[in-house]
Amino acid sequence: MTATAKWIKQVGWRHLVAILAVLFSLGPIAFVLSAAVNPLGTLSSSSLVPSGVSPDNFSRLWSDTDFGHWFVNSVVIAALASFLSVFLSALAAFAFSRRRFRGRRTGLLALLLIQMFPQFLAIVALFLIFSTVTDLWPPIGFNTWWGMVLIYLGGALGVNTWLMKGFFDTVPKELDESAHVDGASHVQIFFKILLPLVSPILAVSGLLAFIGTINEFLIANVFLRDGAAKTLSVGLYGLVQGSERNTNFGMFCAGTLLTAIPTVGVFMYLQRYIVEGLSAGAVKG
Amino acid sequence: MTTQLGGPATQRVLPVTEPPAERSVTAAGLITKVLLLGLLVAVAVWAAFPLIAGDHWVGLGVLVTTTAGLLYLYLTPRHVPAKYLVPGTIFLIIFQIFPVLYTASTAFTNFGDGHRGSKADAVTAIQTGSVTRVPGSTEYRLRIATQGDPATGALVFLITDPATGQVQIGDAGGLRPADGNPPAGYTVLTAGQASTRSAEITDFAVPTAAGAIRSAGLSRAYEGKAVRAYDAVADAIKDTVTGKVWPADESAGAFVAADGERLAQGWKVNVGFANFTRAFTDDDVASAFLGTLIWDFVFAIGSTGGTFVFGMFCAIALQSTRMRFRGLYRILMVLPYAMPSFAMLLVWRDMFNTDFGLINNVLGIHVDWLGTPITAQFAVLLVQLWLGYPYMFLVTTGALQAIPGELTDATKVDGAGPFQSFRRVKLPLLLIALTPLLISSFAFNFNNFNAIFLTTEGGPFPADNPNSGATDLLITYTYRLAFGGSGAQYGFAAAVSIFIFMIVAVVSAVSFRRTRAQEEVYS
Repeated sequence: MTATAKWIKQVGWRHLVAILAVLFSLGPIAFVLSAAVNPLGTLSSSSLVPSGVSPDNFSRLWSDTDFGHWFVNSVVIAALASFLSVFLSALAAFAFSRRRFRGRRTGLLALLLIQMFPQFLAIVALFLIFSTVTDLWPPIGFNTWWGMVLIYLGGALGVNTWLMKGFFDTVPKELDESAHVDGASHVQIFFKILLPLVSPILAVSGLLAFIGTINEFLIANVFLRDGAAKTLSVGLYGLVQGSERNTNFGMFCAGTLLTAIPTVGVFMYLQRYIVEGLSAGAVKG
Repeated sequence: MTTQLGGPATQRVLPVTEPPAERSVTAAGLITKVLLLGLLVAVAVWAAFPLIAGDHWVGLGVLVTTTAGLLYLYLTPRHVPAKYLVPGTIFLIIFQIFPVLYTASTAFTNFGDGHRGSKADAVTAIQTGSVTRVPGSTEYRLRIATQGDPATGALVFLITDPATGQVQIGDAGGLRPADGNPPAGYTVLTAGQASTRSAEITDFAVPTAAGAIRSAGLSRAYEGKAVRAYDAVADAIKDTVTGKVWPADESAGAFVAADGERLAQGWKVNVGFANFTRAFTDDDVASAFLGTLIWDFVFAIGSTGGTFVFGMFCAIALQSTRMRFRGLYRILMVLPYAMPSFAMLLVWRDMFNTDFGLINNVLGIHVDWLGTPITAQFAVLLVQLWLGYPYMFLVTTGALQAIPGELTDATKVDGAGPFQSFRRVKLPLLLIALTPLLISSFAFNFNNFNAIFLTTEGGPFPADNPNSGATDLLITYTYRLAFGGSGAQYGFAAAVSIFIFMIVAVVSAVSFRRTRAQEEVYS
């Protein structure tokens, strides 16, 4: 076997696979990028290679739509909801992992089962609940940040709790026992000893929750009707509806790129934990 | 005797540890606790006022009990697990368990368009709907206003009496005097805004003692007399002009005339298991339901399997340490994961556009991708592959690194080729590690609403059935039943929701059991 043939067999094919995968991954992103800087701003004039470069789509997005509001709404709602839901989930995971109590197994199973009923199937019921809530307490009703956060928190306990419980289980119990002997309360054990040790899984759950919330469309579409109260998903979706689909495509792609910023930001911020946490989570299930 | 032994013995006993209740309490911890509980009470008090003002005594009772329960829980040193479980559980109960149970209960009713409220609501709606103008009645000046967004907010009529000049606000609840002109908090719609909602305005009626106030055009209103009236003795609606009678049918929740004519406004009644049996007995629904169910499985298995196989293949390809640029490849490959998926779904939809879509342009062909069932199904699976494989790639990379190198070395010594070593050693180990993830991915994709709704919206639809398309998942099908254009059928949609729940739960339960059995064999 010649050296080249050997190289192809051992390393070369790997590069081929990687390059094809990268092309597949990047194709649509390149298209979005090109459409976003396309001066004509329509779908029919967009291609992989832009015909020119102009910031028109970005400035139109800023002046003609409520994009600024949508962006802030999305980031605030997603940040609040993911932070709080990770916290609630960690609390529950701590109890399931470290405490022995009646109904523990049943509780864990019930969490799994409830997850199987996707929250938004119950959207009619949620809508009716929130009609009442909006009448009684407008600040947490329709078209508000807190209303959305509250709804998303309904799904805080679930798969995440299982994932975290698995991770908590890998931290040796002797650690909390020695802290207990030293006089630490269960609150101190939780906050000062366990939370720092399970930070990878907190980061991963937080990232997944953030991505999930910022992409959530259905509930937001029903609950946020006012122009300025919309989130990015609802607002951008509205841009490419019906007859506007062709004309607004450039603006839509510009919005898409800007929407990726918070996600990438959170991703970078949590990066050092991600691979470790993802694989650990996968192993633990 | 005991005293003699007791003296020296006590000196040998180790110092007694403090009882657990006297754990160290830091000042910061105490302050945080007081602040949080104070916040809880403050929120509860804030929430209580509207409940008291609206006479919602049951709601107030629940609020007081919950707050008291929470205060007790966090002030007592006992019930430690509950302290950690309760916060999440409260949200779970309010926003998941309660809505789920509510959905389940609507599955046994005919709740939907035309069957929303009580019988009395239906009677009011029929009476106000039948109002016709009496010659010579007063004509009022009308402006149309709303408290919300001019395009979607609930409408009210601002009615000015030409004789007195007094302004009144009219909505479905009747007339009430206005405190200003226009009253505080209301926006008057411009002519343009009003004309876009003219259909709504024409149907709008403000009930009054004699009949109702309706609009005549966008700037005038009149008070008319109801032609149809409810006769409580006969339990029927009677038309005073034609004399036609529609007796109430309690089992259907509607007023049905002898000739079968049914009034559009009905009320909510229990229909038992009719919604559940309808999925199998109604021929139109049954064939659509079965087709959708099969495609839903194909889609969920195809998405999960496709992303896993491709992601794993890439992970294995990038395993070799002799390869250069691995880090760069990895970052570029996982980029789709960072893009907002809802937006990328819409971009993919447009890339599959027949006339100016990127895919047809690049390939130089003219295929109506989303127009025929097979290509549309292929298209959504391809989109799923693009969106999902980076995650599987990351996860398998992690899991492959966790497999000890000695294992692969051992297979080499035993004479296994690279493929055999992968097939017999790595794959089983990977599967054990990743099966729970694959199952949850399956469950997620089985109900992946966005993937379908934002790309094909369930289409293409066969000409004879606009309710169920070739790429419809059960969830998008249900969404159309509940919120679609052709009349909302919440009751039936809820019944389908329960089917979905049972299917996913059973599939997941079975596969989790199998995983456990597998784990026992291998480990």
